[in-house]
Formats: sequence, structure tokens, C-alpha cells
Amino acid sequence: MAPKSHKKLLTQLLLGTAAMFGFGFALVPLYDVFCDITGINGKVDLTPAKYSSTETSNREVKIQFIAVNNESMPWSFKPTQASLRVKLGKTYQTAYWAKNLTANYMVAQAVPSVAPSEAAQYLQKVDCFCFNRQPLNAGEQREMGLAFNVLAGMPEHIKTITLSYTLFDITATSAKDVASNN
Amino acid sequence: MSTGTEQLVESELDTQEAHAHHGPAKGISRWFLTTNHKDIGSMYLWFSLVMFMTGGCMALLIRAELFQPGLQFLEPAFFNQMTTMHGLIMVFGAVMPAFVGLANWMIPMMIGAPDMALPRLNNWSFWILPFAFSIMLMTLFMEGGGPNFGWTFYAPLSTTFAPPSVTYFIFAVHMMGISSIMGAINVIVTILNMRPPGMIMMKLPLFVWTWLITAFLLILVMPVLAGVVTMMLMDIHFGTSFFNAAGGGDPVLFQHIFWFFGHPEVYIMILPAFGIVSEIIPTFARKKLFGYSSMVYATSSIAFLSFIVWAHHMFTVGIPLMGELFFMFATMLIAVPTGVKVFNWVATMFRGSMTFETPMLFAIAFVVLFSIGGFSGLMLAIAPADFQYHDTYFVVAHFHYVLVPGSIFSIMAGVYYWLPKWTGNYYDEKMGRLHFWLSFVGINITFFPMHFVGLAGMPRRVPDYALQFADFNAVSSVGAFLFGFSQLLFIYNVVCCIRKRNQATDRVWEGAHGLEWSVPSPAPYHTFTKPPKVD
Repeated sequence: MAPKSHKKLLTQLLLGTAAMFGFGFALVPLYDVFCDITGINGKVDLTPAKYSSTETSNREVKIQFIAVNNESMPWSFKPTQASLRVKLGKTYQTAYWAKNLTANYMVAQAVPSVAPSEAAQYLQKVDCFCFNRQPLNAGEQREMGLAFNVLAGMPEHIKTITLSYTLFDITATSAKDVASNN
Repeated sequence: MSTGTEQLVESELDTQEAHAHHGPAKGISRWFLTTNHKDIGSMYLWFSLVMFMTGGCMALLIRAELFQPGLQFLEPAFFNQMTTMHGLIMVFGAVMPAFVGLANWMIPMMIGAPDMALPRLNNWSFWILPFAFSIMLMTLFMEGGGPNFGWTFYAPLSTTFAPPSVTYFIFAVHMMGISSIMGAINVIVTILNMRPPGMIMMKLPLFVWTWLITAFLLILVMPVLAGVVTMMLMDIHFGTSFFNAAGGGDPVLFQHIFWFFGHPEVYIMILPAFGIVSEIIPTFARKKLFGYSSMVYATSSIAFLSFIVWAHHMFTVGIPLMGELFFMFATMLIAVPTGVKVFNWVATMFRGSMTFETPMLFAIAFVVLFSIGGFSGLMLAIAPADFQYHDTYFVVAHFHYVLVPGSIFSIMAGVYYWLPKWTGNYYDEKMGRLHFWLSFVGINITFFPMHFVGLAGMPRRVPDYALQFADFNAVSSVGAFLFGFSQLLFIYNVVCCIRKRNQATDRVWEGAHGLEWSVPSPAPYHTFTKPPKVD
């Protein structure tokens, strides 16, 4: 038997291996795209919505606000109102309150999440403190505003939406950014 | 296997005798430099045996600690390192290299090829492994200890909160991944390119078929594992935020990528086992395998399905209802091809003239106990019920039932089955049966009670537990020590078989069919240098 050349098959298999290594990394954006399209995972759009884009309705739902400190984030962080009853399509304003309890200047970033995840795509933020990083000096406190509306098209079975913010300490990374900007 | 594939023309046997003087090189360098598939196969098998005993000792430490509630022997931090290392070593160091060893030994002899297609690559893929595992084991002696985040190394436990030795762990995973990928490439090229004329795909022995499919799985998922540990490395050292929520990453993303690798990995550890059992049962039932082609198709469907069920490991992380339903039903679908296989094995035994030599005992135990593991898998697949079972000892019972009396029993069955062909001597049958019964009893005593403590709510990966679980845990520990120490019998039997003359016939087993039984026992250093006639 004349031995078949292994080169072609070997090349194909090695290319396949390299492609799958790349695919592992491609899963990172693919996962975000998939969550975006399907509204899975309660990922919230971090771009501001327009004021006038919604039709109103008389249906009311309850919105609960939750504040979570990530790991050992040493700030006091809570919503000013625990919950609100809102009419679909109407824009509401509320706020979260934060205080830097340390003796140092710190920068925080709030990351929102919505439950049930189905509701994420209907909760529109017109303005949100999560769009920006939040710097606070030692002992400083601040109310951070939030303006939102719930789109009228939201499925009937959703009666309550929970909006949760997790506060992360990003002092270390944002200091670097400032330095590089200067 | 199919009729007549094993026929070898007399003159070709003579040529092989003439080739026999091209024996192995002398001295220790034989093992470093060898490109012979039988040498490399043996090294893989010895390596996996060493790893099996190492991982086994860790399991016994775990069971010793869990014999009673409260802390007796181990610090909780070290206990975590033991559960992690036990898992990593058994998966990547014991089961996978054992299958690669069997593939090296048997695939060329089963398809009638003179050696593996890429012999030097073969040498390299083996010799990476001892280094990879030395690095892995070294971490236990480093400051902060070894990996302690479970064999699934979920981020951020394995990134933000990991001991500094995690970097060595990542490097070791990269190395063993490269080894597996090269091994898989070698298997594919050998099977696709090295078959003699007449050995068409649908005549391949099932062990070869299952390994071919396994090798494709390895090539598809091991690079993804390499990718995910690379992301960990970048998160730890280069300031990226793949899995760090503060930087915009997502810890759940880790679990998605890990289980995209992890679930096919589970089948990588069981498909070759299916192949081994499909070789052994026909031999000792003295009947052809029932439903050969359905076995091939069932194996392929299992391999395909393994890619679309990964999130059943993540039912409780908060995936939406549609996702839970999809992954629940897709997972249950796997029971269909698996059921086909079990049915075929039983149908092969049905009305066969069965004898119960050690390989057959292990193979039958495989069919029975693997099915038990399969059924508890079906229970876990039910998403609403999984919320109760998740991360309890029920899960531990489930995957040990499919891996120990599944993969490990099949490997032992394969070793007993082919040992006379490798060494030229019969092993001690009585001792083999004793080893089987001790293992069989030991394993059930160890893992069956875990179902109950799991259903009652005992969490996994804990060094201490609530008092009501004490009795069942004591029983489990007794079984574990029985199973662990009876493996010494296995080692003794294998060593005796290599040393003591008890000449095996060429066919070894009365009902054995296939090309590997047509060469002399022990198999000469070079076989099938001229392609056999296959009709």
C-alpha cells in the first residue's frame, strides 16, 4: 500500500484546532449579542432612551429598587424609594443615595440588572447614574438621579419589575485613565 | 467484528517474524526516544495508573475526613485543594491518558496499520504529560496552596480569589490540552489514512469508531478550554475583564464557555468506554454485536447532542425559562441514543453462550451501573427538580456512577481483555475476579448512599456536614477504602502477568474476533508491516 499523504489532513485538523481556539474567544461577543437580541440575562441597555418615543397606557406595574455593594465596596448605597407604582409609557424620576464612608477619594460604577430578564428590554432609562462613573471624596454623599419609563408593549403577565444596581469600586482603573488623559 | 476481517495470509505472518529482530532499543533511552505505538501506549497506561493511584489517595483523604462530622484530619483549605486536585487528576491524568494509551496500543492493530500515522508527534504528546502534571502537583507545595476552586474552576473564584499558584495551574492545563489535541490528531489521521485496502469505515471495530468520534470532540473542545484558561490568565495578569463584572465582564460567561468545553469533555471520557464494552461483550457472549451500524449512528448522535446541552450544568444561575426548557429537553434527548446502545448490548448477550471471565464481569457491571448513572442524570436534567439537587451529593453520586463504574471499569475491562495480547501471558483469573467483586461491592457501598444524603440536602465540596448525614457518610468512607485498597490487587495481578510465564494463545479468548487477535501473543514489536488482507 502506498501510504497516503498525511499533510492535507494534518493541515485541516490544525486549522480546525486554531479555529476552535478563536471560537472560544468569539463566544465572548457572541454571548453579548445573543443576550442583546433575546433580552436574556437582564442585561440593560446602557445608552439613554429618548423622552418622546413611547405611547402611554393606563396599565400600572410595580417597580422595586435594590442596591447591592459588590464584595467589600465600603460605601453606603441605597435607593431613596424602595418601590414605585408606574403607568406604562410615562417617564418617572427617582434617585439612589451614596456616601463614601472611607477617608479616601474613590470612584464607583453602578451596573444595572433587571428581573425578570424578559422585562429588561422594556425598561428604558432616559437618564441614569449608571451611564457615568461616580466619584466621591472622603465622607462625601450624593443623590444620584434616575429617569426611566416602561414601554407599553410589555407582556401582560409581568406585574412587578425589580431593578437592581451593583456598585463596583473602580478607583484603581479610573485613576489610570485620568493619568493617561492628562 | 465483521466476518473474516481477521484473516491473515500465512506468508505475511512469516514476514512479521523476520521483522521481529528490529526490536526495541536498549536501555532507558528506549522510552524517551521511542516512536513505537506499543511502547507509547504502555507509557500512557503506566502514567495513567500512577495518576489513578495519586488521585485515589486524594479521594481517600477526602473520605477519611468525611468519615465523621467535624474536622479531624484536614484543614478546610487543604480539603478544598484535595477535592479540586482529585477531580483534575482523575479527569485529565487518569481517564483521558488511559484511553489514549489503549488507542495507541489497539487502533493500529485493530485496523491493520503498522503504527500510528505520526509517530514522533505521538512521542511528544506523551512526554508533555509528566511535565504538565508535575507542574500541577507542584502547586500543592507553593505558598497559598494549590488550586482550591473545584475542578470546574469557576471565575471569579479562580481569578480574583485564587491562590497565586493558579498561574501554574493554567500553564499545566495548556500543556495537557496540547497533548490531548496532538493525540486526537494522530488518532484521526491514523484511522482515516492508514487503513489497509478493504478495511472500509463500516468494518471498523467499534472501539476504533468511538475513538474517531472522541478525537473529533477533542479537537472541537480542547481549544475552547485553552481559550477559557487564557482569558483567566489575562484577567489575572493583564488587567482584562472577561469575567470581572466591575470591568464590564460577566462571571456567568465563564460558565457558558467552560461547559461548552465541559459537556463534550464528559462524553470524551465515556465514548471510548462504549467502544471497549462493545468489543468485549460479543467476545464472551460468542455472538456478533447486535446492531453494529446503529451503534455507530448512536455514538455520532451522542457526540452531536453533547454540544447543545451545556447549560444543564447551569440551571440555577438564572437563565430564562425558554433556556431552561430547551436545555432540559435537549438533555433528555440524549437518553434515546444511549438507550439504543444499552439495548444493543443486552440484545448481544441475549441467548448468547456467555462465560464470565474478568473482562466480561467488568463489562456487564459497566452496562448495569452506567445505566444507574444515566438515570440519575435524567433526574438531574429535569430543570425544576435540579434546583433541589444542584451542588448536592446527588450530583456527586451521579457523575461518579458514570465515571467510576463507567469509564474506569471499562478501562479495567479493556486492560484485562487485551493484557494477554500485550504480555503474552494470561493474568490470574481468580485474582481478577476477586478484584472485580471487591471493586464492584466497594464502589456501590461508596457511591450509592451519596444519592440519599444528596437528596436530603448535603452540599458537595464541604469538609464538615450536619449530624444527620453521619451514618451514610461513614458507610461511604468504608466503601471508598475497600475500593481503593482492592486496586492494589489489580496492580499485583498486572505485574505478575508481565513477569510469570503462562503462555497465552494468539487468539487469547475463544470467541475473540478482529485483526488484533491474528498476530502472535505477545504482539511483536512491529505488526502489520505489510497490510493484512481484509475481506
